[in-house]
Amino acid sequence: MSPELSYAYYPGCSGLSTSKDYEISTRAVCRALGIKLQEIPDWSCCGSTPAHTVDHVFSAALSARNLSLAEQMGSDTVITPCPSCLTNLKVAAHRMEQEPAFQQEVNRHLQEPCVNTVQVKSVLQALIQDLGPEAIAKQVEKPLSGLKIAPYYGCIMNRPPEVMDFDDPENPVAMDEILRGLGAEVLPYPLKVECCGASYGVARKDVVMQLSGKLLDLADSLGADAIATACPLCQMNLDLRQDQINAALKRSFRLPVFYYTQLMGLAFGLEEKDLLLNKLNVPAGPALAKMQQAAEAAAEQDAQTKEQ
Amino acid sequence: MDVLKLDSGYDAAFVEAVMNESGQDPFACYQCGNCTAGCPYTFVYDLPVHQIMRLLQAGHKGRILQSHSLWLCATCESCTTRCPNNIDVARIMDVLRHMAGREGMITEKQVKQFNDSFLDSVKKHGRVFEFGTLVKYIARSGRFWSDADLGPKVMRKGKIAPRPHDIKGKDEVARIFHSVLGDGKK
Ligand code: SF4
Ligand code: SF4
Repeated sequence: MSPELSYAYYPGCSGLSTSKDYEISTRAVCRALGIKLQEIPDWSCCGSTPAHTVDHVFSAALSARNLSLAEQMGSDTVITPCPSCLTNLKVAAHRMEQEPAFQQEVNRHLQEPCVNTVQVKSVLQALIQDLGPEAIAKQVEKPLSGLKIAPYYGCIMNRPPEVMDFDDPENPVAMDEILRGLGAEVLPYPLKVECCGASYGVARKDVVMQLSGKLLDLADSLGADAIATACPLCQMNLDLRQDQINAALKRSFRLPVFYYTQLMGLAFGLEEKDLLLNKLNVPAGPALAKMQQAAEAAAEQDAQTKEQ
Repeated sequence: MDVLKLDSGYDAAFVEAVMNESGQDPFACYQCGNCTAGCPYTFVYDLPVHQIMRLLQAGHKGRILQSHSLWLCATCESCTTRCPNNIDVARIMDVLRHMAGREGMITEKQVKQFNDSFLDSVKKHGRVFEFGTLVKYIARSGRFWSDADLGPKVMRKGKIAPRPHDIKGKDEVARIFHSVLGDGKK
């Protein structure tokens, strides 16, 4: 394991609230892997979708304030768990690099100008590229054998490829690789990058019911025990709104929706305080019990074959 | 589906403004329909995204800015990723939405109200305070909260922070709002 991995860290607002479980498990997993996260002091909101729907300079300025703070820390790379933050930070950095006039305009609105020297990555990208799948697999104490997972990446972590510059935009595999290293069975899931309904849950709930419903339906029909995700908004739509989806579509899905970091922590043998599985709306218990049974049955069979 | 009439009403200034603000060339579009085929929102759009591109080529400002599609696009980047002519279609959609907003043509009021409530919170605290955003949205839209069933789930599990996190640099953030958008404009 490379002992020197250290990053500026941008948690994102939802990590303090609705995706606290993602935030806590991300930090715990990084700690277990020896990755140092230095939180950007006094970071502010990236503006998420609402900002870029109003004005692009505005959105980039909200992001660039944070990039500038990371520069002041002397850091060369900032990582974030949230794809929405990731997109805003990356779009701002990318456009400032492509268009010097745009950078100048953005900087006009900042207290400390952004030089645009830091690289922006997702935590997932840092894990798979900088640390590597072997180092992750080595940490596994309790393999997730027998757990069938539909890996769902969400729409913006890898798109558009010119800006996001990571993994395949139609069929990303980074999370698949990590989950497989944890011992789980990763299902081929063709809707990996399809949109879940994004932030329309409040204003246009009907849209989320249809789009997230489709994602649950596919995972269910593939025989998944659970879905793994890397996005707070996707997780909320699929998990917290699962009962609403069942009511709207007259279905009866019971699929737990984990953050992939929770699954990593589980396989690493971390405790509940580091995983916060109790925050999931659809309980993880049944899927994990099934996994346990499968593991015991396999162990028994193993013992029998050895005896013979 | 409506038949589009493209023979009249070309607004050259509009087309030029879209090209300038988006940095994209809409005339590179040859109407293959890839964007629409991959757009997850086509089922709620009044104008599918490839038709918006066609109307843009024809300079039909009014028809485009009145569309609901602009306010339902989630910037999922599917169209941009799949356009064979490398047009950043999602960026064009975003720019059209900026224009519609500036002209007060807001066809999905609740979407705009939600976004505004979100941004108000960022302006005030420096970070978004989700609970406050919701309360404000409900007050602003005057709607019965269609997510009342989520309340107990979220509260019981401590899934939503009950108090805002004000940052030290919140005035600096508020200044970005004023300085880019001017006062009161969003
Ligand atoms: S994918 Fe590109 S070329 Fe094809 S219709 Fe859409 S914008 Fe036009
Ligand atoms: S970015 Fe908007 S228009 Fe393009 S595919 Fe996604 S929702 Fe449709």
